[in-house]
Amino acid sequence: MSEKLLKVRDLKIGATVYPPGEKPHDIEIVHGVSFELAKGQVLGLIGESGAGKSTIGLASMAYGRGGVQITGGEVWVNGRDILKTSQGDVRNLRGGEVTYVSQSAAASFNPAKKIMDQVIEAAVGQGKFSKRDAEARAVELFGKLGLPDPENIGNRYPHQVSGGQLQRCMTALALCPEPDLVVFDEPTTALDVTTQIDVLMAIKEAIRDTGVAALYITHDLAVVAQVSDDILVLKMGDMVEYGSVDQIINNPQEDYTKALVSVRSIDHAEKAPTPEPVLKVENITARYKGTNFDVLKNINVELHPGQTLAVVGESGSGKSTLARVITGLLPQSRGNIHFAGRDLSPSLDGRSREDLRELQMIYQMADVAMNPRQTVGTIIGRPLEFYFGLKGAEKRKRVVELLDEIEMGESFIDRYPAELSGGQKQRVCIARALAAKPKMIICDEVTSALDPLVADGILKLLLDLQKVEDVAYLFITHDLATVKAIADSISVMYQGEVVRYGGKTDVLSPPFDDYTDLLLSSVPEMKLGWLEEVIANRKMESAGN
Amino acid sequence: MSLLLKMLAQRIALGLLLLFLVSILIFGGTLILPGDVAQSILGQSATPEALANLREELGLNEPAVGRYFDWLGGLLQGDLGTSLTSGQDIASAIGKRLGNTFFLAFWAALISVPLAILLGLIAVRYRERWPDKLISAVTLASISVPEFLIAYVAIFFVSVRLRWAPSVTTINDSMSLGEKLHTISLPITVLTLVVLAHMMRMTRAAILNVMQSAYVETAELKGLRMFTIIWKHALPNAVAPVVNVVMLNMAYLVVGVVVIEVVFTYPGMGQYLVDHVSKRDLPVVQACGLIFAGVYIGLNLVADIVSIISNPRLRHPK
Repeated sequence: MSEKLLKVRDLKIGATVYPPGEKPHDIEIVHGVSFELAKGQVLGLIGESGAGKSTIGLASMAYGRGGVQITGGEVWVNGRDILKTSQGDVRNLRGGEVTYVSQSAAASFNPAKKIMDQVIEAAVGQGKFSKRDAEARAVELFGKLGLPDPENIGNRYPHQVSGGQLQRCMTALALCPEPDLVVFDEPTTALDVTTQIDVLMAIKEAIRDTGVAALYITHDLAVVAQVSDDILVLKMGDMVEYGSVDQIINNPQEDYTKALVSVRSIDHAEKAPTPEPVLKVENITARYKGTNFDVLKNINVELHPGQTLAVVGESGSGKSTLARVITGLLPQSRGNIHFAGRDLSPSLDGRSREDLRELQMIYQMADVAMNPRQTVGTIIGRPLEFYFGLKGAEKRKRVVELLDEIEMGESFIDRYPAELSGGQKQRVCIARALAAKPKMIICDEVTSALDPLVADGILKLLLDLQKVEDVAYLFITHDLATVKAIADSISVMYQGEVVRYGGKTDVLSPPFDDYTDLLLSSVPEMKLGWLEEVIANRKMESAGN
Repeated sequence: MSLLLKMLAQRIALGLLLLFLVSILIFGGTLILPGDVAQSILGQSATPEALANLREELGLNEPAVGRYFDWLGGLLQGDLGTSLTSGQDIASAIGKRLGNTFFLAFWAALISVPLAILLGLIAVRYRERWPDKLISAVTLASISVPEFLIAYVAIFFVSVRLRWAPSVTTINDSMSLGEKLHTISLPITVLTLVVLAHMMRMTRAAILNVMQSAYVETAELKGLRMFTIIWKHALPNAVAPVVNVVMLNMAYLVVGVVVIEVVFTYPGMGQYLVDHVSKRDLPVVQACGLIFAGVYIGLNLVADIVSIISNPRLRHPK
């Protein structure tokens, strides 16, 4: 058997935690993980947040983020245990033999330095290349990764290129020193689907052309299926399943892996429109103060009682701005908002308390949408007090009812947000919105920050609550799988305009307009060879045109 | 580039406006001060007629608004007026002393600013270890002790006991640069101790803040040395807050140097101002006040401009 590039044996990683009201103590977050990686192979590390996948990836560079410490086991790179080697050798390893691509290139590039200087820094600093050779290599990589104007893009500053381009620059940064291993840590998670597919292809081709080995870390099984040879499934720091990509996707053995593969099992039949919509947005045009550019252009959509309108689009499409206009945070420059049989005032000041009560909102980041110093009971109780004047035992009774509705129960009433998991926090936010007994709730990317299985639970809960409370949702998301799961009608937005609008079945059935087609075909599917298929189709189409 | 120029022009215009408002404040403030110049010139035993004559002669009976605009018009032509007590032209009397104050401030800044930033960098490199704690303890101790006390203690040990440097720091044109620097070595040392802590703590805090960022982690994962990371990746992004506090302290070196100048009998603006406050020589007090305000506003303006320019998004727009 050939010598493995990377061998990890019984790796244990610990961290110090600071729970509220308790003494700080050490816990173990990775409990004995072992795997191997040969030259030129790609291993996908997959799991939900807290599974320890990033931590394991960084451990292969002998690095612990924050207070994280490697407490046991061995990590062999190129025939030596890097946990026992010298400081100087670790510096040679990092940026030389093993390099790293992070989730957010925007944050990982120094804003004050040119892209080229940062891309070649490790290669030159390690003495592997002269400055001139490193620059020539960087330009070659920029071209290979499909960046525009590869000769000159390095002279720009990070804020001068787009997010997708910067993520490719980060890949160039990692490949520039000719490493043996690259750790990709969720490299496409922060990107729009249509951008993700290009970056994914660029990464895949770069791996193939340079013969480098890679650890590919992600929570998205469909993505990892496109690039990996083997997959290691992790859960809470334990190995769940380890096998070839074919076996994991097509023949998963463990229940947890099966759940990951079959996620998004919700089946929601479209409801027919009612005669009287609860929300009618008519010809809305809006722009932000101090700009001369309309971010929303002539928007017309309707939402019917007890139904869900999904607003889909990429970042910058204006979907969140539409929510701001409906809630009154950004008064429209033209058009009308008709809500529950009356016209809403464009500005927040002109709206009655009843307007505010009947129109609630749930946000993407549940933990920043709650006061960390208030208990769950106080947070949910606040709208009860504000809108209905409930106090004391009466209020508590209603809070407990709401906690039961979100499947959490009375035991949570005195807990603080910091003591809840991500999914529980979002549930509390849902309960807070429901407490006002609204006619409509705007859900702004409410599942985007959650793991797939948790997000699934939240979506199921929202659908159940809709049946009980007869509340309408305006559901803003970039995730088409979510849309398919819960929507009754769909509005596809692109650059401030609605490009496609109608019932779910109609919108998702051909013939498509160009943009919707691009959007739909870019969503990764859980099947091997999907990426190549899509790229080949697109090449054929553009050749045919 | 146009946005950058526009922001800079805005800052400078605001600075000038502020200076104008300060001139009104200074003029108004000196008007409502108790006491009377004529009285202090002629003494308690002066007759009412003599006082009235002198007031007339000094123009103190004119309406305040008229006097303000006369004063402002003179200022714009570089005429700071004449001293009531000595009859000298204020501009020429101040010129030399202002030069001396700047000389002292310049050398104090030249030593203290790089030293403070270097100490800040070292504190970051060895944070929470003994070099960090030692630097913090020493600089905080030196800022906590009143500067005149440090000055007198320094005079006692360095001048009186060791006889290394003079305690009376009168400089004049016939001295060479080396002689001048030797003469003012004690006030420079004391001033450095006073301003060091503030700048060093700010450098440390600003850089530690930047050290949390993802691009510093990226730099670590490139295998760079810690000092290279701090110097090349962290410091350029910590410029704005550091420059702000540096400029505040440089302003202090000019404006707040009064006490040190008096202790060391240094022939600078501070001494001059204190002398004339006690004589109620309003034109001199006004002129000094305005110059101090101008220095203060000017240095803060420089800090603002450096902060704006140090932002790569403004320097290199899309």
